[in-house]
Amino acid sequence: MTQPPDSPAPPTPADDPAARRGGVRALRQGVVDALGAPALLLFASYLGFGSLVHGAELSLFAGIASTIATFALPGQIVAVELYATGATLTGIALAVALTNVRLLPMTLALLPRFGKAPRWQLYALAHVIAVTGWVQAMTVLHRMPMADRVPYYAGFAAVLMSSTLAGTVFGFLASDVVPAALSLGLIMVNPIYFLLMLSRNLAVPAHAWAMGFGVVLGPSLHLLSPDWGLLATGLIAGTAGFVIGRRPLRNRNG
Amino acid sequence: MDEPFAWLTIAVAAVVTYMWRGLGVALAGRVAPDSKVLEWVTCVAYALLAGLVARMILVPVGPLAEVALWMRLAAIAACVGCYLAFGRRLLPGVLAGAVTLAGLAAIFGL
Repeated sequence: MTQPPDSPAPPTPADDPAARRGGVRALRQGVVDALGAPALLLFASYLGFGSLVHGAELSLFAGIASTIATFALPGQIVAVELYATGATLTGIALAVALTNVRLLPMTLALLPRFGKAPRWQLYALAHVIAVTGWVQAMTVLHRMPMADRVPYYAGFAAVLMSSTLAGTVFGFLASDVVPAALSLGLIMVNPIYFLLMLSRNLAVPAHAWAMGFGVVLGPSLHLLSPDWGLLATGLIAGTAGFVIGRRPLRNRNG
Repeated sequence: MDEPFAWLTIAVAAVVTYMWRGLGVALAGRVAPDSKVLEWVTCVAYALLAGLVARMILVPVGPLAEVALWMRLAAIAACVGCYLAFGRRLLPGVLAGAVTLAGLAAIFGL
């Protein structure tokens, strides 16, 4: 997240036929790159979300709407889980906002790579910024011609969106058909997927401390207050981790 | 078929989520992605997610609550074990955890 922003692109007229052909090629490349591991993993994790929606006694359409309109799994799970525990709307809004706030620094870091693309394209692309696509974009975009970047990311994200939708639908429908034990396995996908994803961020001391405190406070504060426990966990454990984790980092940087 | 509160929940979750992305577009180039405030906010997000994961496993709400705690912990162990054994690849880990829980629930009952 600390790489310098790229230099601005040379202006590319949208009506130049050669540029348009290049755009189609970049879009196709994005589609091809997303097919495979990224699409498969998202499909698997949204299978879990689909069964979670089913388990919370929400409808399939509610699950589909959540996936299209939110497109960020942690926030979707927080929303459905808190809904199931009977939390208030304010509590849900704050917890989801805090869960997804990472999208702000992620967007800030990614946006410069799209150069001088039209604002409406950026606001549209921003909706499909989530961990999987973001990691891919941060890895490959800077090696591409500026004009290819928006179509490439659009193609990549379109595949991801399709696989999350397919996962939501199959996960929900499977809960009705497959044996109860198997649908429990599907629901279990959510916590273990996030457990593994989170474990990859233990290298930053502040994040590791924040998560360590979170693991301890999460269950205990939930038992104290199902409505506000998660929110309090984030604020208390996150702040503690931030304060503790800063000092060693600063020393190391001199 | 859902109560209105369910749809309200989904709408509110979507709005507060896009709020961050839209804000990111609006502020891009004006706020450094590694500023202190954003660093703190990232810590809060990580803590909240870790707390949620621990809560979902130890104090589950809904269907997972019907599974004994030792089965959930065994699933976690299988998941982490396979994840490490397969060179930190997510898919084998996730698969092992899900299959272990489903298997234990099928063998020992709910």
